[in-house]
Amino acid sequence: MGTSLRISRREFVGASAATITALAFPLPAFAQAAPRVVVIGGGFGGASCARALKAIDPKLQVTLVEPNKTFTACPFSNNVIAGLRSIEAQQFGYDKIAASGVTVVEQAATAVDAAARTVGLADGTTLSYDRLVLSPGVDLRFDALQGYDEAAATKMPHAWKAGEQTLLLRKQIEAMDDGGLVVIAVPANPFRCPPGPYERACLIAHYLKGKKPRSKLLILDAKDTFSKQRLFQNAWKELYPGMIEWVSLSQGGKVNAVDPATNTLITDFGNHTAQVANVIPPQRAGRIATIAGATDNTGWCAIDPVTFESKSAPNIHVIGDACLAGAMPKSAFSANAQAKTCARAIATLLSGGSPATPKLINTCYSLAAPDYGISVAGVYQPKNGVLADVEGAGGVSPADAPREFRAREADYAQSWFTTITAEVFG
Amino acid sequence: MKALRVAVAIATVVASSLPALAASEPPPGATSCSGCHTTGAAAAGSVSRLYGRDAGEIMTAMAGFRDGSLPATVMNRIAKGFSDDELRAIAAWLAAQK
Repeated sequence: MGTSLRISRREFVGASAATITALAFPLPAFAQAAPRVVVIGGGFGGASCARALKAIDPKLQVTLVEPNKTFTACPFSNNVIAGLRSIEAQQFGYDKIAASGVTVVEQAATAVDAAARTVGLADGTTLSYDRLVLSPGVDLRFDALQGYDEAAATKMPHAWKAGEQTLLLRKQIEAMDDGGLVVIAVPANPFRCPPGPYERACLIAHYLKGKKPRSKLLILDAKDTFSKQRLFQNAWKELYPGMIEWVSLSQGGKVNAVDPATNTLITDFGNHTAQVANVIPPQRAGRIATIAGATDNTGWCAIDPVTFESKSAPNIHVIGDACLAGAMPKSAFSANAQAKTCARAIATLLSGGSPATPKLINTCYSLAAPDYGISVAGVYQPKNGVLADVEGAGGVSPADAPREFRAREADYAQSWFTTITAEVFG
Repeated sequence: MKALRVAVAIATVVASSLPALAASEPPPGATSCSGCHTTGAAAAGSVSRLYGRDAGEIMTAMAGFRDGSLPATVMNRIAKGFSDDELRAIAAWLAAQK
């Protein structure tokens, strides 16, 4: 508008015609004014995506729907369980996200109408969207393990959503007598944070070794192999000899039922009664994804690997732990990388363009001790409709590295947490 | 060393010929970097800040990580997932960010 004051007769006529058209059909003009994107879930995926959308195109109306005032991060929460870190160091607010121009709505999303493109909130209000992003994380499947429900979780904590559950497991381990048995039950794939249970075993053992050295830790696993396996098993031998025992699926490790009254975990091969039982149950995409029609019969969300748009629910994108991202593991790093790719694709789609084929990276650190880090990394690209590993790239830390190398990776792990939480929430 | 100097020279030429990348779409893979490498004013930890760094420097480092001539913990595994062209585009884009 400010380019020139001189208007030629032709331009003037053109402008008048445009004005008349706008007056005659006012609604479409308004509807196209600023595309609306609603993001459900304020974790590493959703908060990153809302922020990235606003950064890419400040004109977008971006709304982040998240019922909690404070986010409690899962990465590094095993340090809280081991008494190495305060829960406050895991907690972040949404003030900076709101200050960046994102409308933060402190409500739970309870309904999605994919045809009408609306989201219903717990307080009865409705939000309209042009594109919807679901980043609901995981729901624990309380139907999948006999005897394990929300009440049982107050006795046998899962601590697989950080917060009260993390503190409960910490308290139980602190209260346990020397010589006690800690049991960690681990589900089959896929689940949130594949190396998480084994890092947890390490850091609990780190605490026990110092404070309750006669104690033992038993991992009952529904799998025969696991993430960073050789590195973890080497670390167990090196750092906690004789303390940690891993029982694989084929050795009878799969927990079929639990009895919270007696703190007993039941497998096909026998019962294990624990002083502290950490039961990590099977998981699925957060419930809102099913309400939106975005989950398949696995309980997870199939997505297009270029745009992260749901394969079953049009105009709805799913990122983070809830989506089936092919070879990409369910990690905070993945969720953040997917969020930025998805935001770029949505901005392109809303402006009528065609999103470019992306490449994504995941890097995931685990601590075997505070000064002993190990990592897995991967590079991914769309192939045959899913995100596939770029061949020749990625993999885990070397098995034969010196302790100085492990110390550097532990340092990088800390640095990663500081950097990513600053990008997302700071 | 000669190979490194050539890589730097090529990367520098490519970087300086692509100033428009700053405002354009990030090339494939580029936005993942900020998971570890800060976009903020200063690096919060021991992992370096890449925004605004010389493109040739980034390209030299990535080429070195990829062929094993530079020591690394994780960047060697990541660099192997990218071609020369992809790395050059990422380096130029990172250099152009503020």
